[in-house]
Amino acid sequence: MSQVTSAELARRDEAAFGPAVGDYLELLKPRVMSLVVFTGFVGLYLAPGHLHPLLAAVAVLCIAVGAGAAGAINMWYERDIDALMERTRNRPLPAGRMAPGEALGFGCVLAGASVMVMGLALNWAAGALLALTIGFYVFVYTIGLKRRTPQNIVIGGASGAFPPLIGWAAATGDVGLPAFALFALIFFWTPPHFWALSLYRAGDYARAGVPMLPVVAGPRETKKQMLLYTLVLWPVAVAPALLHVTGWVYGIAALALSALFTLLACRVLAGTGTRQARQMFGFSILYLFLLFLLMALDRAPGLVSALAPGFGA
Amino acid sequence: MMVMPLMNEREKRIRAKNRALLAALLGVVIMFYLIALARMGNW
Repeated sequence: MSQVTSAELARRDEAAFGPAVGDYLELLKPRVMSLVVFTGFVGLYLAPGHLHPLLAAVAVLCIAVGAGAAGAINMWYERDIDALMERTRNRPLPAGRMAPGEALGFGCVLAGASVMVMGLALNWAAGALLALTIGFYVFVYTIGLKRRTPQNIVIGGASGAFPPLIGWAAATGDVGLPAFALFALIFFWTPPHFWALSLYRAGDYARAGVPMLPVVAGPRETKKQMLLYTLVLWPVAVAPALLHVTGWVYGIAALALSALFTLLACRVLAGTGTRQARQMFGFSILYLFLLFLLMALDRAPGLVSALAPGFGA
Repeated sequence: MMVMPLMNEREKRIRAKNRALLAALLGVVIMFYLIALARMGNW
């Protein structure tokens, strides 16, 4: 008779109970969703023109649900490798708490519903962009690139960069050059952000056979690439100020934050342990959050002129 | 002896899921009503 561990028994009990409401929420990747929602909202807020507050809230909700749907379909497809990685093995599918088809159905229904509501309530440009984002994340990143190339998160990062474009399109029915500046900011931020994580999770990725850059090219090459991307971020981060989407309070802050990001990348390059990579990963989230927050604050009526006369947009 | 608590937990989860589904459906109905009002310019 085979020996069954208490952890395995607990896992079987959990599986017998069926999925809880929390498992459905976990499928939506709420932590990823929060940054997506925030950047989408800022795109909508910075766009010219006026949008009814309720429709703005519906647009943000659709972006959130669409991102969550893409996350659920991603978890369905990646359930085999999720079971091999420490970070993901307790997700609802690899833990056996939910049937794969249930997760796929949940994701597809939410994806369809979010696109339809976005199209009907706001406009079809925003609906089409939301559909493109979900499709890009599922078909290009998850199915096409992730298991094939170390450039997976470079190209696939575009899917995470779309939300400000969707927000902008929801408000205007169109996408202008400033919206693409916001897209570029997230696009060039994604590689150093994910590579910092994969530096200290390289073992996990290697075990699962995911060709992340540290696994394929080694930590040294990854650190060099991270530094390069942080340098590219300097002009990209300042672009919203150059395009007059924001004022120079944001521009100066963007330069300072980018300098700090580059400094952390230099420390990662000089270091040998994982501590610097963990620090850089944590700061990368703060960096993007602060840049988008500052863009929104810089455009808040009267705020900048009250705090720093002569610096307004 | 282990069957009863297992069933109770399972029933509890099904009930919670049904309530969440009902809340989501009600939310969608209210949202569509408010969207209609906003788009018609009555609110």
